Amino acid sequence: MNIVFSLLAILVVIAAAVLGAGVAKLYFLFGVIIPYASIAVFLVGIVSRVVKWAKSPVPFHIPTVAGQQKSLPWIRNSRLESPHTTLGVIGRMALEILFFRSLFRNTKMELRNGPKLVYGSNKYLWLGAIVFHWSMLIIVLRHLRLFMEPVPSFVFAIQGIDGFFQVGLPGLYITDILILAALSYLVLRRLVDARLRYISLSADYFPLFLLLSIAVTGILMRYFFRIDLVNVKELAIGLFTFHPVVPQVTGVLFYIHLFLVCTLLVYFPFSKLLHMPGIFLSPTRNLANNSRMKRHVNPWDHPVRVHTYGEYEDEFREKMKAAGLPLDKE
Amino acid sequence: MYDSGKIIAGLIIFAALFTSPVWYDVLNGKALQRPDLVLPSKENQKECVAAAEFMRRDHMRLLNDWRYEVVRKGETYFSSDNGKEYEMRFTKTCLGCHPNTSQFCDQCHSYVGVTPYCWDCHNKPRNLSIQ
Repeated sequence: MNIVFSLLAILVVIAAAVLGAGVAKLYFLFGVIIPYASIAVFLVGIVSRVVKWAKSPVPFHIPTVAGQQKSLPWIRNSRLESPHTTLGVIGRMALEILFFRSLFRNTKMELRNGPKLVYGSNKYLWLGAIVFHWSMLIIVLRHLRLFMEPVPSFVFAIQGIDGFFQVGLPGLYITDILILAALSYLVLRRLVDARLRYISLSADYFPLFLLLSIAVTGILMRYFFRIDLVNVKELAIGLFTFHPVVPQVTGVLFYIHLFLVCTLLVYFPFSKLLHMPGIFLSPTRNLANNSRMKRHVNPWDHPVRVHTYGEYEDEFREKMKAAGLPLDKE
Repeated sequence: MYDSGKIIAGLIIFAALFTSPVWYDVLNGKALQRPDLVLPSKENQKECVAAAEFMRRDHMRLLNDWRYEVVRKGETYFSSDNGKEYEMRFTKTCLGCHPNTSQFCDQCHSYVGVTPYCWDCHNKPRNLSIQ
């Protein structure tokens, strides 16, 4: 049911683009107004989410992370898994963001005959995730050739490496194949395993289908039903320099692709995709495990009014003296 | 806000990266300039091997097909939609009308960031007389 709902949602998005840009020819709406609006929603949405997170109290670091904490000199500590310095924290964050360290630790549990419960390493999710994310980054950076004038040299370098095999014309990009393979795996993973299917929600399928349809429309436009790129770049440059032109692009595939990207931008700040900024604010990743070296005072503790013994004695000195009680100070 | 210094710095970096095409294009100023093609002025050749609209989108496909036809199948002539026959030769047929690559090919290619590998094999016609 969840998957049907997500598929229907994607079909509605595509149908909106087909009807709006393909049939009604609302090029200015689909090429200028909706992209501007979705970029604004994306930026404001992300910033307000992060500010909202930043307003909640920072917990103390979590000492039970996957490595030995720094303690006595003869106990070897894990500098990256349980860092006690800022440099170590940066290292742990870099491992997490660039190489998905915690997904690499993913394990699988199986009940075998016996009955016996066995645990094993399961790297496929990590592989699918890292292939998808890196392909996505490279594809986004490649798109800068249409967004920036003159085209920066690093974009040419990326294109050269990505199109290394020089298959066909326009040349085949390796990342185009990889992103399709990775996204297909990530969808199938949720469908094949009954337990995973049971816990999968519409919010899990929808972003996968959205990304998949963006990739497919982009690939169709590059290799099968080409459009005049000069018009596309003119539209993009017009948007980015705030001199929007009435789009000259006529291919409906382009508007479907653009509208799906706009949907992604709008969907982003309200969905699980927020792990992009969220990973930077993960307490188990970004807090140094240094409680043995540094005293952490709870910053939101209410100030407690205390009455020390010295003050107590000052208050009742005369009465205590009269009752013959022993005093610290005479 | 807790850790506001770090978080605001991070948000500024994020916003700057996300809007980098805006800064880049506005600072470069001449970004709105379109490619400026110099079209051939030959008397005996008024039209291209296919419609301009098709050529704009699919010339790379056509060239790829020509290469396949010539190298693999040994075909030499291409009959266009208007019934004319053209020799399937990049240097003779294509560059015959468009000899100045910097005023034709490179205009769009550098605008949309394409680096075709034509010149890995073909000589750039720098010695041809440019009309």
